[in-house]
Amino acid sequence: MANFILNGESITVDADPAMPILWVVREKLGLSGTKFGCGIAQCGACTVHLDGQPVRSCSTAVSQAEGREVTTIEGIAGPEGELTKVQQAWVSEQVPQCGYCQSGQIMSATALLRDNPSPSDADIDAAMSGNICRCGTYTRIRRAIKVASGQVEPRSEDLGEEA
Amino acid sequence: MNDMSPEKTEKSKLGKWSRRGFIGAGVLAGGGLLIGIGVRPGNPISSLAPKVAGGAGEQLVNSWVKIDTNNIITAIVPHCEMGQGAHSVLGQMLADELDADWANVRVMQAPADGSYVVTDTARMFLAPFTLNAADWIEPTWNGLFTQMARMADAMITGGSSSIRTTGQFSMRVAGASARKMLIGAAAESWGVPADEIVTRDSMMSHEASGNSAPYSEFATAAAEQPMDQTPTLKTRDQYRLMGRSKARTDIPAKINGTAEFGIDAAPEGLDLSYAAVVRPPVPGTEAISMDASRAQGMSGVLQILNMGNFVAVVADSYWQAQQAVNTIAIEWSQSESPVKTMDDQFAVFAAALDEAGETGGSEVAARGDAQSAFGEAARTISAEYHAPYLAHAPMEPLNCTAHVADGKCDIWTSTQVPLMARSEVASTIGLSTDDVVIHHPYLGGAFGRRLGAEYVAMAARVAQTTGYPVKLIWSREEDTQKALYRCADMSRLRAGLDESGALIAYDSVFTQRHDPAEASVPAMYDIANTSVRAAEAELHLPFQAWRSVDHSQQGFFVESFIDEAAHAADQDPLDYRLAMLTNAPRHKAVLEKVAEISSWREPAADGRAKGVAIVESFGTIVAEVIEVDMSSGKPVMTDIWAVCDAGYVMNPDGFRNQIEGGIVFGLTAAMYGELELKDGAIVQSNFHDYQMLRINEVPNIEVALINSGDVPIGGAGEPGLPPAAPALANAIFAATGTRVRELPIAKQFV
Repeated sequence: MANFILNGESITVDADPAMPILWVVREKLGLSGTKFGCGIAQCGACTVHLDGQPVRSCSTAVSQAEGREVTTIEGIAGPEGELTKVQQAWVSEQVPQCGYCQSGQIMSATALLRDNPSPSDADIDAAMSGNICRCGTYTRIRRAIKVASGQVEPRSEDLGEEA
Repeated sequence: MNDMSPEKTEKSKLGKWSRRGFIGAGVLAGGGLLIGIGVRPGNPISSLAPKVAGGAGEQLVNSWVKIDTNNIITAIVPHCEMGQGAHSVLGQMLADELDADWANVRVMQAPADGSYVVTDTARMFLAPFTLNAADWIEPTWNGLFTQMARMADAMITGGSSSIRTTGQFSMRVAGASARKMLIGAAAESWGVPADEIVTRDSMMSHEASGNSAPYSEFATAAAEQPMDQTPTLKTRDQYRLMGRSKARTDIPAKINGTAEFGIDAAPEGLDLSYAAVVRPPVPGTEAISMDASRAQGMSGVLQILNMGNFVAVVADSYWQAQQAVNTIAIEWSQSESPVKTMDDQFAVFAAALDEAGETGGSEVAARGDAQSAFGEAARTISAEYHAPYLAHAPMEPLNCTAHVADGKCDIWTSTQVPLMARSEVASTIGLSTDDVVIHHPYLGGAFGRRLGAEYVAMAARVAQTTGYPVKLIWSREEDTQKALYRCADMSRLRAGLDESGALIAYDSVFTQRHDPAEASVPAMYDIANTSVRAAEAELHLPFQAWRSVDHSQQGFFVESFIDEAAHAADQDPLDYRLAMLTNAPRHKAVLEKVAEISSWREPAADGRAKGVAIVESFGTIVAEVIEVDMSSGKPVMTDIWAVCDAGYVMNPDGFRNQIEGGIVFGLTAAMYGELELKDGAIVQSNFHDYQMLRINEVPNIEVALINSGDVPIGGAGEPGLPPAAPALANAIFAATGTRVRELPIAKQFV
C-alpha cells in the first residue's frame, strides 16, 4: 500500500512500491493529465510536483512519495477550476499545438515562478530545458512565462485581423 | 423554442431525413469543378444522425452542421486534431459563412464513418494546382495526383491540406448552404422575401416585419428546405471570422489536463489490462523462439504472447508489462537486407547514382537542354549531399486500446487515418469493417507517423487473443528503433555558370522520390536548362511520410546548392536568388520582405552570419533567414526570421504557430536528427541519444505573412520546415567557410 497526498487529498492505493508515480496516478487513480513520453526522465511530459518540487514522475517510485504531497496538472487550478496565472498565460499566448507535453511544461513553469517571480531568459532556459515540445512551441512558452510573471503584457483575446 | 421539444424532434427528424434522402444532395457541382461536401450521394442521414447528433434537441442541418435548442452551433470536422489547429480554423470557416456567433460555436470530431471521407476534396485538390504549374514541370503533377488518389475513400489528415481543401470546399459551402436553408425556412414562416432577411451572430431578422429569431428556432424547418448546391460564398471584404486570429477552441482542455489523447482512453465499463511489446530489431525479421521464464513469474503478468512479428506481455499495468517484456530473450530470424550500417545504405545509394551517371535515371522534370548547356558553361560546380534516416518521435508514444468481443471490435487510438485503421483492423482479425468502431480523440503529435496503423492492428490482434480489453503502448525505444521512417537519401547536383556567374545549367539526381513529386524541382528560378532525375535505390528501413516528406531533404539539397552557386559566382546569396526570380513575383516579394525584416544587408556582429533559403511547398512560399553565432566553434542560433505567402491566411496566429513549429522541427533534424545502424538495427533509442532541440537552443522567431491574394490558398503545417536546414547550413558557411553537405550538423562542430 502506498499512502500520499494527491492534489490535497489523502490517498491509499495498492501499488508496487517501485511503480513510478506516473503509472500510479494514470492507471490506478485515473488522472490522465500527466503524460508518458520517454520513461527515462528525458522529456518532462510526466512532470509533477513532489512537496512542491518538480520531479519526473516516470522515474520516481511511488515509495518516494510516501507521506508526501503530489500535485498533478489537475491539482493546480482553484477549487472552482479558476486558472492560475501560468494557465491563463498559456491561453492568452496560444501556446499549445498538440498539447501532449503541455501538462509537464505548465508544471515546470509553475514551479519556476513560485521560486522566482521574475525569471530572466537564462532562468527560463535552466528551468524549462528538461521539457521537450516536439511541436516546437518554445518561443510561446518563453513569452507565456514572461506574461505570467508580469514582465510582458498578455495578448488580447481576439487577436484580430492581420496581414 | 417552438416545436423543438427534445422528444418531438428526436423522433420526427429521423423520419423526415430518411424519407427525403436529404443528405443525398451532399455532392455539389459548380463551375466545372466537382465540389463536394464530403458525403456520398444517397447516404441515409438516418444512419449518420445518431453518430453525431445524439443529444436531445439537436438538429443536424447538413452533414457538417448541427444546431441545438440553445442555439449552440456545432461544426462537425472530418479531420483529426494533432496540433495543427485544423479543428478551430475549419470551425471558423464554417461559422463565418453561416454568420454564426463564434462564442457559441463548438467543434466536434466527425466519427470514423464512410460519410465523412474526403474523396471529393482530394480530387478537387488537383485542379487549382494544375492551373498553377509551369508547363515544363507538368509531368510531376501526376505524382501529386497519385498522392491525392491515395486519399480517395479515406479520411486522412495530412499534406497540409485541411484548410485549403476541406475548409475551402466543404466547410464553407456547408456553412453558406445551411445559412440559406435557415433563411428559406424563416422566409416561409414569416411570409417575407428571403433576400430581405439579415443574418448575424446566429440570429435572423427582418426589419420591415419586425420578426427576428435565433437559428435554432428554424433548425428543424431548415432541414426541409432544398439545399443549394452552389451557394454564394463570401468575398474577403465580407469575412468576419476568416482571416482573424481567433483563439483555438482546443486550448482550454490542453492546459488543465482534461484533453483526451488516444493514450488516455478509459472506456466506461471496461476493466483494462495493459500490453508492452517488442518488435524485431531488424525490419522484416520474426521471433523464432523466446525464453520468457523470467517474465512469467513477474508481478502483474497475465499473458505472454509470441505473435510472430512481435512479442507482447499483457499485465495489470503498463509498467509491469514493460518490465516483464524487457526480460524476454528473443531469437530473431536473419534479415536478407545487405545493409548493416549507414555506410552500406549510402553505398547502395551511390551505386544507383553511379549507374545513372550524368544523364541516366528517370526524368522528374526537364527544361531546355541541360547537357548542352553544361558544355557552354564558363565553369561547373558539383556536390554530393546526404540526408539520414529520421524518426517522427511524436510526444505521445504509439498506442491503441482494443476490445474484441461478440464479433465486434472497438478501437481507441490516435490516428491520422481512422478509416484505413478500421480496414486494417478488420482484415487483420477477420471482421467486416461494419463491426469495427474507431474512437479517435486528439493526437499527441503525429507528423506523418500516424498515417501508418500497424500499431492499431497489433492491439486488435492482442485483444482478440486475450478476449479482454487491452491498452497496448509502445515504449519510446520501440518507437525510435522499430517504426517507420523518413528515408535517408543522397543527391548529386551540378551547376553550370556563365562568365557573369549566372546559372545557365542545373542538374540533380537523387535516390528517393515519394511525395510531393515536385519537391526536387527548383521551378521558381529562371534557369534556362534544368534536368532533375531520380535513380531509385532500395531502403533498408520502412518509409513513412515525415513532416514535409521529400521537401524535408530536397529543401536542404537544393537550397544549399543554390547557395554554393551564389558563392561560386561571388555574389550575395539573397541577391543571387532575387535575380533568378523574374518570373516568380510572389517568391521575389517574399525574399525581399525577409531581407527587410532580417536586416540582411547590415553587417552582422563578430562571429555571426546569416543564411537564407526559400522553398515553396504545399502551396505556400516560405523564405527564412537564420543568424548563427560561430564564435565558440559550435553553431548557436541567435535569431530566425520567416516570411510566408500562402495566398490568404485564415487564422494568422494559428498559421504563425505552425510555421514556428515547422522551423523548430526542421532545425531539430538539421542539428541532431540521425538514426545510425549497427548489424542492420537502429542504434539510437530514446531522447538521450535521439536529441530534440530544447528551449535554450531556440531563439526568437519572427514570422511575417503576406496575403498576396488571388491564388489557391496554401498549407501551414509543413511549409515552415523545408527552408530551415539550408538557411542554417548557409549561415554556417557564411560564418566559417565550411559547407555542410551532410546532416546532422551539431556533431560536425564539436
